[in-house]
Amino acid sequence: MIKVLEKIPETDPLAIPTKHAIIDQVLDFNKNIPGATMVVLSELQSRIGHISIPMQAYVAQKLRVPMSEINGVVSFYSFFTTKPKGKHTMKFCMGTACYVGGTSQLIDKAKQILGIELGQTMPDGSITLEVCRCVGACSQAPVVVVDEDMHGRIPPNKLPQIIKKYQK
Amino acid sequence: MKFYRSHVLVSIDPASVAKGVHELIDALQDELVTQGLIGEVQVLETSQISEHPEGLEMVVYPEGVHYTGIQIDDVPYLVEEHFLKGRVVKRFLAKETKPSDEELGPPKSKEVRVVLRNCGQIDPENIEDYIIEDGYQALGKVLSEMTPEQVIEEVITSGLRGRGGAGFSTGRKWQFAKSAPGDVKYLICNADEGDPGAFMNRRVLESDPHSVIEGMVIAAYAIGCNQGYVYCRAEYPLAVKRLNTAIKQARAIGLFGNNILGSDFSFDLEVRIGAGAFVCGEETALMASIEGRRGEPRPRPPFPAIQGLWGKPTNINNVETYANIPQIISRGAAWFASMGTEKSKGTKTFAIAGDVNNTGLIEVPLGITLREVIYDVGGGIKNNKNFKAVQTGGPMGGCLPAQYLDMPVDYESLMSAGSIMGSGGMIVMDEDTCMVDIARFFMDFTQDESCGKCTPCRVGTRRILEILERICEGEGRESDIETLEMLCRQIKTTSLCGLGQGAPNPVESTLKHFRSEYEAHIREKRCPSKVCRKLIHYNIVDACTGCLVCARNCPVNAITGERRQLHVIDAELCIRCGICEQVCNFNAVEVWS
Ligand SMILES: Cc1cc2nc3c(=O)[nH]c(=O)nc-3n(C[C@H](O)[C@H](O)[C@H](O)COP(=O)(O)O)c2cc1C
Ligand code: SF4
Ligand code: SF4
Ligand code: FES
Repeated sequence: MIKVLEKIPETDPLAIPTKHAIIDQVLDFNKNIPGATMVVLSELQSRIGHISIPMQAYVAQKLRVPMSEINGVVSFYSFFTTKPKGKHTMKFCMGTACYVGGTSQLIDKAKQILGIELGQTMPDGSITLEVCRCVGACSQAPVVVVDEDMHGRIPPNKLPQIIKKYQK
Repeated sequence: MKFYRSHVLVSIDPASVAKGVHELIDALQDELVTQGLIGEVQVLETSQISEHPEGLEMVVYPEGVHYTGIQIDDVPYLVEEHFLKGRVVKRFLAKETKPSDEELGPPKSKEVRVVLRNCGQIDPENIEDYIIEDGYQALGKVLSEMTPEQVIEEVITSGLRGRGGAGFSTGRKWQFAKSAPGDVKYLICNADEGDPGAFMNRRVLESDPHSVIEGMVIAAYAIGCNQGYVYCRAEYPLAVKRLNTAIKQARAIGLFGNNILGSDFSFDLEVRIGAGAFVCGEETALMASIEGRRGEPRPRPPFPAIQGLWGKPTNINNVETYANIPQIISRGAAWFASMGTEKSKGTKTFAIAGDVNNTGLIEVPLGITLREVIYDVGGGIKNNKNFKAVQTGGPMGGCLPAQYLDMPVDYESLMSAGSIMGSGGMIVMDEDTCMVDIARFFMDFTQDESCGKCTPCRVGTRRILEILERICEGEGRESDIETLEMLCRQIKTTSLCGLGQGAPNPVESTLKHFRSEYEAHIREKRCPSKVCRKLIHYNIVDACTGCLVCARNCPVNAITGERRQLHVIDAELCIRCGICEQVCNFNAVEVWS
């Protein structure tokens, strides 16, 4: 664990003072509540955008739980990611209603426009493409979620417009 | 409490005070007395109604009619027309119409709204709105007039069964937790709602969070819990926000904390957020997740009622289960039990999605038939296509064909037909849906969401998926159906939790009801519904006007042709996405299998 902490890459949030402060703040605020691990990791994921290996080691140290346990939790839940994502994340709903409503076609179109595959990020770091589980807006299938914005009932030929909005 | 037929909410803010809103209220009161309506219509003050009000404003419930620009002189006429004659006065109607609610319109015939009664009617971020609708009255009644035993007895008598899937008697569950030894007991609300196609719980949490909270406080009192958690999935940020607001407001007026409403009962509530693991909807996995661990289910017994969160007796119910409780207490078990069937009482919310005209949320008495749900409430199949199947119960449910349309919707009937009630997702599929593809879709979901603890679930679902993928690609073998059936039986009987035990349901139910589609894929390498990409091809026929629309939209540039000339699809390049067929305005793209 100490080893991991010693060689923190420059780009890691732990090496950036402003981000390090946020991490400490999250830890201080939550470390004493029952079941703190999940709460801390969720907060870090949403405020930092990912949970790097050094961050995991740091959390383990602060919460006094084995690194293997933190790592086990991070790898179990699909919301936790260990690498940073693009500025915007575009998620295609793969829930039943959206699947039946034509999500696959939207994905084909997006791949064509952006030239990247699912799970990849644009070289300029603007957009990451992902699929997601049902977001509970099924009556508007097919649904695309960009960051916090929900776009419903999208025919494939409307997709370029939406993508353009986030590429600037 | 006095029963009022109507409530008039008058908007009060500094601007309206300056315009004489207090005089307006006095005039209203006087006029109600004059016309003999004072016992029937209640006048209440509320915060600002619209952002830019044009004069004095009020909203009349239950109709929800919004009047603006009312002068004192108008009051006698308004009272006479609206409250005496029951006619809406058009000239005062507010111009801006509320954005129409796509999910939840006005109740359709055959709908009965109990859980959804307040959704869209009240402001979820304002506890007073809930209180005006008799909110927290049931809690008051419980704390001042009922013993915990009486509460549990009432819930048992109502016949309420868990709305999270398994349908266990809620009252009995509470009784187990109550009689479990231990001083520290926990209460959990399962708001993980992971079934794709289901959003009933989200809507209740977003639009009427207090009804869930009130149900939880009543349950906590009956069982003897002092700490509760709502475990909500991360995909529902608005629900989390509204829940937190609601908890804060309830705490501010003494509905949480020590000595609630002056009793010696103390309880507090916290929201915990999931992180995108479907299996965390399973109760033991959910508790592991709250404890901060990987969400892996564990064997039961011991049941949570005996050993749950942090090893203490714990009661866990679904959002909708709790939301029913205040109504059962206020209106009585007999009222609740008068709805539904012998074994399935009350109403159930469903999220209808897929190929029906009215997608969205509905609430119907249990025992209604699938046909009534799909045709009467759901408005029938879109684009005049034919009904093919309805999928209920999410990834652990099944697909039911037309012959089950007249079956009543209740726990037992659905189970005997090879599906389940589940949490209430209902996906309607028309004739253009390939059932092998649907089975593959669900298997893809479950194998991805299996926590991996049990080998049959982890490996077995993977193998089923591989076989289904092969069949969809036209590489199916004659022995595949038999292998699938065997794998299904094995996974069902040897998996630890409901995910593994239910995972084969979509495959088994489609094999049972739509076997010929499997056979067409395997023997004739044909997809009868023209969905499976490897088994179909697209062609442009003479109707083509050469408008170029398809060529512009094709994601792989597989379409060539000059303007006003017949276009051609290069079958080698085409990935069969079907976009060209969708965008063509002349029906010139055909799909063959
Ligand atoms: C894989 C799996 C997922 C589940 N997901 C949910 C869910 O999202 N919401 C829910 O209330 N119950 C879910 N359940 C059922 C719960 O385990 C539990 O039975 C339920 O929360 C009990 O509440 P009830 O008695 O009010 O229905 C799930 C079960 C399994 C096996
Ligand atoms: S049945 Fe599947 S999801 Fe359930 S515990 Fe076993 S491996 Fe995990
Ligand atoms: S089906 Fe898709 S890939 Fe094939 S020609 Fe049409 S638009 Fe292009
Ligand atoms: S299936 Fe896409 S929002 Fe539910």
